[in-house]
Amino acid sequence: MIAGLTWLVGFQLLGELVVRVLDLPVPGPVVGMLLLFAYLRLRRYDDSGSIVIAGSGLLRHLQLFFIPAGVGVVAFASVLGRDVLPVTVAVLGSWFLGLVVVGWTAVGLERLLGRPRDDLGDPPAEAAA
Amino acid sequence: MNDAITNALDDVVDVLRSPLGLLAVTLIGYQLGRKLQNRLGGHAIAQPVLVAIVIVGAWITLLDVEYDDYVSATQMIAFWLGPATVALAVPLHRQAGRLTGFVVPMLVAVVVGAAVSIVSAVLIARALGADDRLEKTLTAKSATTPVAIAVTDAVGGIAPVAAVLVILIGVFGAVVGPATLNLLRIRDRRARGLAVGAVSHGVGASRMLQEDETEGAFAGLSMGLSALAISILVPLLAVVLF
Repeated sequence: MIAGLTWLVGFQLLGELVVRVLDLPVPGPVVGMLLLFAYLRLRRYDDSGSIVIAGSGLLRHLQLFFIPAGVGVVAFASVLGRDVLPVTVAVLGSWFLGLVVVGWTAVGLERLLGRPRDDLGDPPAEAAA
Repeated sequence: MNDAITNALDDVVDVLRSPLGLLAVTLIGYQLGRKLQNRLGGHAIAQPVLVAIVIVGAWITLLDVEYDDYVSATQMIAFWLGPATVALAVPLHRQAGRLTGFVVPMLVAVVVGAAVSIVSAVLIARALGADDRLEKTLTAKSATTPVAIAVTDAVGGIAPVAAVLVILIGVFGAVVGPATLNLLRIRDRRARGLAVGAVSHGVGASRMLQEDETEGAFAGLSMGLSALAISILVPLLAVVLF
């Protein structure tokens, strides 16, 4: 476990260094993720290795690590004040539009390239009827 | 006698408000959230992060703890968000075969999606009469927190408000994301993960990981690509929008 965590922190550090040196506009851990992905591919890393064990262990509890930031909602909710309505509608509306556009663009392009997939198995109930 | 009871009570409150007490209530809130999720058979609303935020939020309000004190008490939990983000490479590696034939659709979808998110948030808020600074605050709300804060600052929005919106939209996506995708009939697990990661970043990815490894892997990748797209697009679109 500790060996795997050391690797993960090491790649985070590497990501942080790359971001700082190249002055990239993304967070260090995101660059660390891409670097680790390249490393795992190049090494043909297998599932019993320490990075996979530690990584899977952390990801099982990913939601735990968001709690401290999430509690900030309680502390700052009042900041929105009288603008609650426009902000709520704008946030929800653009969330939905973003979801639709990303999902349908990806699926539409797959179809255009002739490689659509259906992973959910059983067709929806109304289609089967 | 009364003094003794009051003193004892003060001691109890002091311990509960200590860093250890705040750390403990965070972990206990998370465990209660997981219990509730199991009890409800994995119902979407019972996301452990949501349950924990409600419990901890009520707790620190009741005990009158400053949010800054809470943050420094729980630093050792928040720290692991970095290594866990790096760890999103693991499901991606295990699902790497699924990237074949999906790279172009994925990149186009993320860039177009980021542009639509940014522009629609600003235009809807403007139509409803929000003020200028708030419109700017909405531009980066679907990016992961550090990117959202940096981008919002650069464009002239209110960074702490952006951070709150980011979390809210993440939790919202974790709760309703999969059901919305079903309504939209998006049935490719790669596209499902991609869509949720693009609009609800890491919190959305955490839900997708519970659902399916492929969905989780692509949600994580999508969070990273979207962060990059948003940080590049916001300054460009700001010229047109503001």
